[in-house]
Amino acid sequence: MTETQFDFQANIRKALANRQLRSNLSFAMGSMTAKRKAIFSDAAAFEALRAQGNAIRRRALLQLPELLERLEKKCIENGMSVHWAETTDEANRIVLGILRDHHARRLVKGKSMVSEEMHLNRFLADHGVESLETDLGEFIIQLDGETPSHIIVPAIHKNKQEIARTFHEKIPNTPYTEAVEELNAIARKTLRRKFYEGEVGLSGVNMAVAETGTLCLVENEGNGRMCTTVPPVHIAVMGLEKVVEKLSDVPPLLRLLTGSATGQLITTYVNMISGPRKPDEKDGPREIHLILLDNGRSRILSDEQLRQTLQCIRCGTCLNHCPVYTRIGGHAYGFIYPGPIGEILTPQMEGLDKAGGIPTASTLCNACEEVCPVKIPIPDLIRRLRNESYDPNGSVPGHGFKRTFAEAAVWKAWALVNRHRGLNALVTKMAPVLSPILPRLGPLEAWTRGRIRPRFSQKSLHERVREKGIKDA
Amino acid sequence: MRQYPPKPEKVYFFGTCLIDMAYPEAGMAAIHLIQREGVEVVFPHEQSCCGQPAYNSGFPEEARRVAEKQLEIFSKPYPIVVPSGSCAGMMRHHYPRLFAKDPGLSRVKAFSERIFELTEFLVHVLHIQLEDRGEPVTVTWHSSCHAAREMGVIEDSKSLIRQLGNVKLVTLENEHQCCGFGGTFAVKQPEISEAMVTDKIDDIRKTGAAEVLGGDCGCLMNITGAMSYRRIPITGRHIAEFIWERIHD
Ligand code: SF4
Repeated sequence: MTETQFDFQANIRKALANRQLRSNLSFAMGSMTAKRKAIFSDAAAFEALRAQGNAIRRRALLQLPELLERLEKKCIENGMSVHWAETTDEANRIVLGILRDHHARRLVKGKSMVSEEMHLNRFLADHGVESLETDLGEFIIQLDGETPSHIIVPAIHKNKQEIARTFHEKIPNTPYTEAVEELNAIARKTLRRKFYEGEVGLSGVNMAVAETGTLCLVENEGNGRMCTTVPPVHIAVMGLEKVVEKLSDVPPLLRLLTGSATGQLITTYVNMISGPRKPDEKDGPREIHLILLDNGRSRILSDEQLRQTLQCIRCGTCLNHCPVYTRIGGHAYGFIYPGPIGEILTPQMEGLDKAGGIPTASTLCNACEEVCPVKIPIPDLIRRLRNESYDPNGSVPGHGFKRTFAEAAVWKAWALVNRHRGLNALVTKMAPVLSPILPRLGPLEAWTRGRIRPRFSQKSLHERVREKGIKDA
Repeated sequence: MRQYPPKPEKVYFFGTCLIDMAYPEAGMAAIHLIQREGVEVVFPHEQSCCGQPAYNSGFPEEARRVAEKQLEIFSKPYPIVVPSGSCAGMMRHHYPRLFAKDPGLSRVKAFSERIFELTEFLVHVLHIQLEDRGEPVTVTWHSSCHAAREMGVIEDSKSLIRQLGNVKLVTLENEHQCCGFGGTFAVKQPEISEAMVTDKIDDIRKTGAAEVLGGDCGCLMNITGAMSYRRIPITGRHIAEFIWERIHD
């Protein structure tokens, strides 16, 4: 969502009207949340693990600059090249530079949310490079020209029939079939050939270990392993917050990540990449490039409260448990990261003036905070961003964009009424008298579209209590 | 686990602004339940709102000003009983955050320690025993988000309903899913809110219950408002009102 003006309300309306989407989402979420629950069935053990995960991530963020330097040093020692990119544009140019150095015109990609953040595919297409998504979900949505609607399950918004139709229409000589095995086989056949044609492979990074210069990559399909070993060049892109201090930090985070994301104890593949092919080795890429992307992260890091956003390990479980995400799906959010994590990350990256509407789409029900494996207080951060939206002295880009004289005045008046006994009593008295005759305007109009208007009591609790002679002090 | 004090002689009652204006019967019932256990109820008349609407909307300064007023009024060291998990959660868990940089923080923390959600207080401090005098009825229960996830008092509320011999309690399919009220959320995002409350109502209908009970009037207003709009003949009530009606002479 970059060219056109982002219209959140229109997106929401469209998503809610899509019955197929609603049923696809509720079907998928039911099974994902159940699997997660089964994996973390021992509440005390899970709480201990979460505390550990939270501590690891906080410790890493507190010493982030040092850890990044150590990571860079170790990676170089291991024979990798390390690049720093402040903006997504810079990151894209670094990728293109590497491709050009190798006269490469074909890129095979494993799943990477950071490359989505960079809009890399579009950028490369504009520069004559074909990039092929090899994660099954990403492959499907790429065929349809869409972006991921979930950070773990990119094609979660589609059902079997829709995928069957896409394959039939977009892959040449493919008959229509709804059989899952056949669909898998079609994808596999198409992708296999591409892996061998790919001149450069690109992947994301789930975490990078500063102590050893190791890039960890978890996946279930094996395409990530193909992308990082078959082509002669491997490029890894990561947000700079993904670094952890020690190798011993990896196992607890892995358990939290796989358990929260897919309800698995461990994924089919856990790649630990620590350097390019050595002279006596038979396979592996000859070059590995690590690109560290900032894109607003160091600014987020500098704020003690907002920093917690960067604890995120992108497990996606907050999406699965969010009553809003599960009704509107990922595309409605209009930017790369949807759901609760998107609500706090997107406005900080893109600026409140562009994405400040997103934090209104939360009831603050706390379901996300309850499940977040690294204990990010998402509702608190949503409140903070709502506050920044009105605050002319805030610190998040685009702060104060929402401040209107009317809304500020309403809350000032509200505070006044709630601090003065007489005024409060008067308003309480007027409510039942005024409410039936108030025109259906503004908030009341929206509310009464699906509900009867609230009925106010003729006699307030204050009055009843006084009649009963209940003491005041 | 929270450590509960012994039964006190006096408590403060915080009525909440919504109960004050729209559900005073629930407030009175809650007061009667406490009085029935021989505890004196004090109701400071200057009390108003816990400040949550402003706090959640992005106006912490206004929330703080209203919170200050409550801190001032509920000055004696009595427990403060609140018939809403949401307002109780605000006063117990968010007041200290609201005043985190304030020199008076320790006073705020002491205040927050005195906050109890009604059913939690009835169960753990008053050890209330209920005798059901009502006709047999089937009810269901809506777990409000903050009662569940901030105050952790859902089992307390349900244990009270289970004490009533003639009441059959049927569980909602997605009991812990938000009903879509969320204070100003229902106003700022009415469409999503409506999708949520519609699903909630469908779940309620599936139980076959005659009545849905809850511990928060915000949720109840949302759910019953949407049910009566659709002319669904299921009533909704605050748990205090329901219990009081079934046990008193
Ligand atoms: S915010 Fe927490 S739950 Fe959501 S994706 Fe990040 S780590 Fe997972």
